[in-house]
Amino acid sequence: MSVSAMFVALQGALTADQDIREEIRKVVQALEQTAREMLTLPQGVHQGAGFQDIPKKCQKAREHFGTVRTQMESLKTKFPADQYYRFHEHWRFVLQRLVFLASFVVYLETETLVTREAVAEILGIEADRERGFHLDIEDYLSGVLTLASELARLAVNSVTAGDYSRPLRISTFINELDSGFRLLNLKNDSLRKRYDGLKYDVKKIEEVVYDLSIRGLNKEATGGAGGEK
Amino acid sequence: MKCPGQLKKKTPKKTQTNTQKTHQQQNLKELESWELEPDRAAGSGGFRKRKHDNFPHGQRREEKENVNPSSPLMTSFKSFQLELDTRHDKYERLVKLSRDITIESKRTIFLLHRYISAPNGEEVLNESEVKLDAVRRKIKQVAQELIGEDMYQFHRAISPGLQEYIEAVSFQYFIKTRSLISIEEINKQLVFTAEDREETTNMTSTSQDKQPHTWSLKVTPVDYLLGVADLTGELMRLCISSVGNGDIDTPFELSQFLRQIYDGFTFIGNTGPYEVSKKLYTLKQSLAKVENACYTLKVRGSEIPKHMLADVFSTKTELIDQEEGLS
Repeated sequence: MSVSAMFVALQGALTADQDIREEIRKVVQALEQTAREMLTLPQGVHQGAGFQDIPKKCQKAREHFGTVRTQMESLKTKFPADQYYRFHEHWRFVLQRLVFLASFVVYLETETLVTREAVAEILGIEADRERGFHLDIEDYLSGVLTLASELARLAVNSVTAGDYSRPLRISTFINELDSGFRLLNLKNDSLRKRYDGLKYDVKKIEEVVYDLSIRGLNKEATGGAGGEK
Repeated sequence: MKCPGQLKKKTPKKTQTNTQKTHQQQNLKELESWELEPDRAAGSGGFRKRKHDNFPHGQRREEKENVNPSSPLMTSFKSFQLELDTRHDKYERLVKLSRDITIESKRTIFLLHRYISAPNGEEVLNESEVKLDAVRRKIKQVAQELIGEDMYQFHRAISPGLQEYIEAVSFQYFIKTRSLISIEEINKQLVFTAEDREETTNMTSTSQDKQPHTWSLKVTPVDYLLGVADLTGELMRLCISSVGNGDIDTPFELSQFLRQIYDGFTFIGNTGPYEVSKKLYTLKQSLAKVENACYTLKVRGSEIPKHMLADVFSTKTELIDQEEGLS
């Protein structure tokens, strides 16, 4: 085979690779759009009135996951199934965001941490690598860490809205989450950097709980409006 | 209210919870005086822990202090720990293998450079073959690690080693055949069977019908390109040193060959990833050096007797080597 013929073949391979990437990028962009739209929904809970209709907000968000699932289906068709990690970088970010959204919605509904299997199901993908397009463990954990920051915010805002019992529950939850993450031996990678932020979330929530405890506000779980002195 | 916040940082978690509990019972007046002396408070907090030991524990504290190790969350995190550790271990093993491959490949290349000057060329070639076989055994280990895995997940760990191997193998191939090894040829050599002895005989048949006990490692086009780009640097050295040895045909042959590769790379241009385009610049420099050598050879070669050429170029070689050292 002549040198030039070899390079023509190589160029063909590279172009094919780029075409696949282009296709993936398109779908990922659509996914990102959906994720952005969804993000506004649970954001509503931070507003004073939002605490009342959490179930309704979750319901709405759940509907959007249908769109996500169809988009995921189309993403799966864009590349050979056994080359997930070759193109991983393209959807990593949006997948983490979607994991966060799913875990946030599930938390608001049940106040528990969504399992990897459950997230995968919500997003219409697999939890196991063997079974196809799956949720990488690091992406799942990253999404969960985003949830932690969001809950720190929620703790602050629920106090503002006069809900004094929620921060206590969040605190319990986040403490368990923190001890869970402590079990992991993380390498010096992006996940580790995200994890390093968790302690600030824990601290923030503890401060909220402290402020409530010091004033005895955690006793009146339903909370009167005149709680602050 | 800033003060307690600062205090909190210093005191360990356990005390915090207790101070929280304790202070619920205190009236605000006492609290304010406590705020002024954070150090004492920290101590007294710890003290009061015991004093108020019969204080009815809130449900919250119970959960916080002894996070149930068998809760679903903790169980799943334990499995995550295992999964992440396995993955990281595998990655590290591959990095190590990759490094070994790099070192052995580099040695092979140095060995091959001696081929030109050594009188017993065949022997050196055989030796290089032995060395490359050793490298291939390492790559086999890599392939074994990657059984059932997505190769691209660990690609970053093994890519440097593979590139170096491609460089060595293509260099040897060039010395033997004066042509460029194809990516198919490289991949063919990286099909492994469970039994080493059968490797040569089974090679063609196994690559077609995949038996369960054969596995292969496929070099990606990008790895191949980067390896070949490195090869050109070696060829440039080969060119200069062969001139030094009084061999006047090799430089012209090499410049021809390098030009072909350069053309190939320009054809690919920036369709490839960033690394490929980056190598293009180095390639261009190597080519220019070889071309300059050819030029000098042509111009001066006509006027200098052949047996003195070596002297002319031995000074030239130094010059180029120096340049290379700088770049």
